[in-house]
Amino acid sequence: MENKFFEGAAEKIKGFISDKKEVYTFRGGIHPDAMKEETKDKPIVDIDAPQLMIFPMVQHLGAPATPIVQVGDEVKVGQKIAEASGYVSANIHSSVSGTVKEIKPSLHPNGTEVECIFIENDGRYEVVEGLKGYDYRELSPKEIVDIVREAGIVGMGGACFPTHVKLNVSDDKRIDYVIVNGAECEPYLTSDHRQMLENPKDVITGLKILMKIFGLTTGYIGIEENKPDAIEVLQNAASLDGEADIRIVTLKTKYPQGSEKQLIDAITGRKIPPGKLPADVGAIVDNVDTVASICRAVTKGRPLISRIVTVAGDCIGNPVNFRVRIGTPFNYIVEKAGGFKKEPRKVIMGGPMMGIAQISLDTPVVKGTSGLLAFGRKFARAQEETTCLRCGKCVEICPMRLVPLEINNAYKRNDFDALMKLNVMDCIECGSCSYICQSSQRVVQNIRIAKAKIREKK
Amino acid sequence: MEKTKKFIVSHAPHISGEERVQTVMLDVIIALFPSVIAGVIFFGYRAALLTAVCMAACIFFEWGWCKLLKKPSTVGDLSAAVTGIILAMNLPATLPFYQAILGSLFAIIIVKAFFGGLGHNFMNPAAAARAFLLTSFAMPMTRWVEPFEKLHLINNADAITSASPLSLYKAGEELTSFWNLFIGNRGGCIGETSAIAIIIGFAYLIWRKVIDYKCPLAYVLTTFVLSACLGGTLYSGVYHVFAGGLLFSAVFMVTDYTTTPYTPWGKVIFGIGCGLITVLIRFFGGYPEGVTYGILLMNVASPLIERYTHPRRFGKVKEAKENA
Ligand code: SF4
Ligand code: SF4
Repeated sequence: MENKFFEGAAEKIKGFISDKKEVYTFRGGIHPDAMKEETKDKPIVDIDAPQLMIFPMVQHLGAPATPIVQVGDEVKVGQKIAEASGYVSANIHSSVSGTVKEIKPSLHPNGTEVECIFIENDGRYEVVEGLKGYDYRELSPKEIVDIVREAGIVGMGGACFPTHVKLNVSDDKRIDYVIVNGAECEPYLTSDHRQMLENPKDVITGLKILMKIFGLTTGYIGIEENKPDAIEVLQNAASLDGEADIRIVTLKTKYPQGSEKQLIDAITGRKIPPGKLPADVGAIVDNVDTVASICRAVTKGRPLISRIVTVAGDCIGNPVNFRVRIGTPFNYIVEKAGGFKKEPRKVIMGGPMMGIAQISLDTPVVKGTSGLLAFGRKFARAQEETTCLRCGKCVEICPMRLVPLEINNAYKRNDFDALMKLNVMDCIECGSCSYICQSSQRVVQNIRIAKAKIREKK
Repeated sequence: MEKTKKFIVSHAPHISGEERVQTVMLDVIIALFPSVIAGVIFFGYRAALLTAVCMAACIFFEWGWCKLLKKPSTVGDLSAAVTGIILAMNLPATLPFYQAILGSLFAIIIVKAFFGGLGHNFMNPAAAARAFLLTSFAMPMTRWVEPFEKLHLINNADAITSASPLSLYKAGEELTSFWNLFIGNRGGCIGETSAIAIIIGFAYLIWRKVIDYKCPLAYVLTTFVLSACLGGTLYSGVYHVFAGGLLFSAVFMVTDYTTTPYTPWGKVIFGIGCGLITVLIRFFGGYPEGVTYGILLMNVASPLIERYTHPRRFGKVKEAKENA
């Protein structure tokens, strides 16, 4: 409480100085270097696709999709090649036209082997017939959600939760807030930033479609303070629109500001109770790219077949944001970005705080690939772990108000009762605790294992 | 693609803050520097020599212990050096060297190494060593020399002594002026006299985010309010904050990572507790100074405080109130 009071006071004073602009945030968090300069001012570049495209059947949370094409089939751009198997699952569409070459297990960017459809690109990009857009104003909420489901849209910030499931809120819950997550708090990544700058209309229309689903007249877009240009562009776009009340909320630049729970807290002041979902506090959050995809799916009939990927890191020849067809292997993207200027020792899909280190570059872009980062030796070197000093820095910054060091100790003792008492399952795995620790304790790494073990036991 | 060397695969996060244990300790040493300089200005080269002796002794004992147990040396983390300097800052400039070395031995071996080394000790090594020296060598530990007294490098048995500000207060004599307390022109331990030097160190540590402001603040405020009330004057409050080892402890000792609570509220409670005990000893106890015992007592209570001050998990708030 005391902390909050001082933080609040400091924020107020700062607000007064910078022409009384209110800046919202949550409690805790860290301030890693943004490292976004290399790519944030460069326009998005469209790249074509290579000869062989790979479509893993797992690009979302939930059950893997089931292939509905056979080896030898001709497919077109936008054609559904795999179908959601079950409710929490998502369709997958081809992003190129060509022939299905193979269907076999292959390496996924998450490090496991999953079933993949390999398609040989004929380079003609013939679009499948029957893709049709609608005026969203004339659609019912159910029709909109159906379109979103058909288009295979998932959370594109990295979590990959199927969007239609999120939007399907039971009738007893009232949604008061739809929020577009433009925080982009991960260092290096600028894909959402560029999207907001270059396609503000898509973002706003996408938000209005979401508002229509829930019968709301007000919508929110949360953007971190370090993107003033995006704030301005969206503010203008929102005021030009005139139809709906769209509020651009300036957020403090702090990690993990873009985490769903922390974002909702910052904007609405509502805190999602442990084990509950955003809808339980009347809020729905979707990432910028997701919202733009919803817009395209509804107004143009386009399924989710491309996304924006930040390619950066000290090994990349020419850091840039690409609009990439989903299924493009990473090595092709690296080649397009000027290749490696020095030998990479670590390649990460996503941001450096929560991204996944890659084993090889043969894996493809999936729906949740927000970035592809390549780093040299200096970056990749792991720090040696030393004794925990019980300094409490991890306690101070944990956005979920946990006691990471005690969880870490309990994990090392294999004490599962203690882990449960310390609410280990609340952890959002943001990694702030490991980041801040001067003893390089692998706190979140251990927490992840502990959580997996607990889930197994259940 | 031609095969290059394998990529390093590890779990997120892939970046971390700049701080390492060494950098943190180095920052503390830098922050201690103004106090060392002030000590040398007021108490001469004897103060510098005593500091060097404590530091060297602490480093030596740390190294020796690691050698003895055939463990990799932990001298590199600089924590022993920090303990040495902090201990020296808590000693009068005239203390015989062998006593200072005994104190260092006590701090490093008994208080720290016996309990498992850095991160496992439950008492502040420097505070415990000071308490140990106070009980073993009460006389030399409370002999305060006049500032600017020309001290002999080795033996100072006949140096002119003065009363410390706290004993003046206790005896009801004329108090040291605020200005002299502020710059450090008064009797006392090497590092504790100059408030301004300590405050510079504090500012540096806060700026570098090495220490948290909560505990020092709670400590100083508690002491101020209590002694203003007990002493009956505002100046009594100010006096007790600036006199003795309080400010120095507030910045360099109650902010020790390992021996103070890690929870935000725990830090506040720890500070209040230290303030309370210090003032009670100063006003009602047998000693003029109570800082050391305050810290040690609270060190012992620390695990208990931690247990009861765990933060409330996210989302466990009285919703209705938050939303209103
Ligand atoms: S930040 Fe690291 S050293 Fe400090 S308490 Fe947490 S785990 Fe221990
Ligand atoms: S314990 Fe979990 S939620 Fe807390 S800082 Fe660590 S990773 Fe983030």
